[in-house]
Amino acid sequence: MKHDLQLNQAGELRHFLTIEGLRRPHLEQILDIAESFAALPGRQVKKVPLLRGRIITNLFFENSTRTRTTFELAAKLLSADVINFNVGVSATSKGETLLDTLRNLEAMHSDMFVVRHSHSGAAHFIARHVNPGVSVINAGDGWHAHPTQAVLDMFTIRKHKGDFTPLRVAIVGDIQHSRVARSQIMALNTLGVTEVRVIAPCTLLPAEARSLGVHVYHDLETGLEEVDVVIMLRLQRERMDGALLPSAHEYFQLYGLTEKRLQRARPDAIVMHPGPINRGVEIASEVADGSRSVILQQVSYGIAVRMAVMSLTLGARAGEQRG
Amino acid sequence: MSTRIFLQHEAILDLIQGMARLTRQQLEERGFHQPAIIGIHTGGVWVAQELKRQLGIAEPLGELDISFYRDDFTRIGMNPQVKPSRIPFEVEDRHIVLVDDVIQSCRTIRAAMNEIFDFGRPASILLVTLIERSGRELPIQPDVSGLQPPLADEEHIRLEGPDPLELRISGQASARNTP
Repeated sequence: MKHDLQLNQAGELRHFLTIEGLRRPHLEQILDIAESFAALPGRQVKKVPLLRGRIITNLFFENSTRTRTTFELAAKLLSADVINFNVGVSATSKGETLLDTLRNLEAMHSDMFVVRHSHSGAAHFIARHVNPGVSVINAGDGWHAHPTQAVLDMFTIRKHKGDFTPLRVAIVGDIQHSRVARSQIMALNTLGVTEVRVIAPCTLLPAEARSLGVHVYHDLETGLEEVDVVIMLRLQRERMDGALLPSAHEYFQLYGLTEKRLQRARPDAIVMHPGPINRGVEIASEVADGSRSVILQQVSYGIAVRMAVMSLTLGARAGEQRG
Repeated sequence: MSTRIFLQHEAILDLIQGMARLTRQQLEERGFHQPAIIGIHTGGVWVAQELKRQLGIAEPLGELDISFYRDDFTRIGMNPQVKPSRIPFEVEDRHIVLVDDVIQSCRTIRAAMNEIFDFGRPASILLVTLIERSGRELPIQPDVSGLQPPLADEEHIRLEGPDPLELRISGQASARNTP
């Protein structure tokens, strides 16, 4: 069997780079542990001492205040110390190579790198080159993967629906350029949902869409029939410049989620969005702020899920050193 | 590994009855009124449930899973079976009866007390255990214990349950402790 970079010899998660190659128990373990972290905000002291003395470095080659902040908060709630390394204004822009940057940060005794990069495979590259004692988490690489976002979405779905097995889930929007969608599709199929649908215009669907194990719809209303979960994707405005789409207004006419369209879904369907939302482009305000929207819960759950991933991967390192 | 039953359900309930009497006495002597009970996951919760019934306390039980407070994370990693800790009452200024099934090194109790303080500052903590065995590694002692069986270092004692409760001993007893 091909060696999976993410797993140690005991099959435990030592890095978290992609959903690909993970089995259902891996995902369920993250979800189960996140359940305990999600209970922490109810206490007087919201943090636990689990990763006290560990150093976690946020290595962001691409701006994302929101994702970086949730990783930072997750690390701090685990009592780790956090370094935010903003690559845009640091050494790489002065010509230092990625590996040299990495060696420098390792020399500062970092135990974990949380990596966001515009190139697919960047987190894998770093995971291949870090010292044996260091874990890497992919916080989004190119169009490839955003596994913690996918797991927090699964956590949100499980919180509301319990069992994955009977669920029909629709993912709506720019599938082509979405690392989130790829990771979500893999996670949903790994967890054994009944059906994953993707709903998008042809120009925003990857050619290999059907091979991902999904049913493809081009009409939003048909695609929403009887679904339990609707996941809206953010429409990046630059797609309009690339002539993939006519205009934001026209996109909303065809693919914007409104209350009326949502009525096609099951009465207890939930609406999700990885944020930040474009009101009036992919989602109407009445839906984003409506009773079926769980968008803000996704943000809170994201912290618990990232805590679970951090403690599992650093714990796997511990197990390896012991073994 | 050999395993044998050490105590069965009824005998364990009798032990807890005795513990309840001693706990009540301690609480009265120290003037700790209206105590709330917290059990340590999982065996401690079973003992705490019975103790709560014996003490006639109506308030729901607190349940602690100390996985996030362990001192050996760097050696053994994350416990994948961790359950959320739930304390359904205000800890601040409450008298707490903390219950575990077996006390040995007291590292679990250290972790449990740290976790309790993250819920609030209790007025006091009284430590109650079903089984107290030797091997203390921290300066913590139970206030009430059900039984102090002589066990060899290689022997492990474990509470199984909840219905029925059963104390099992596994591992070989060395000659000096064999009756």
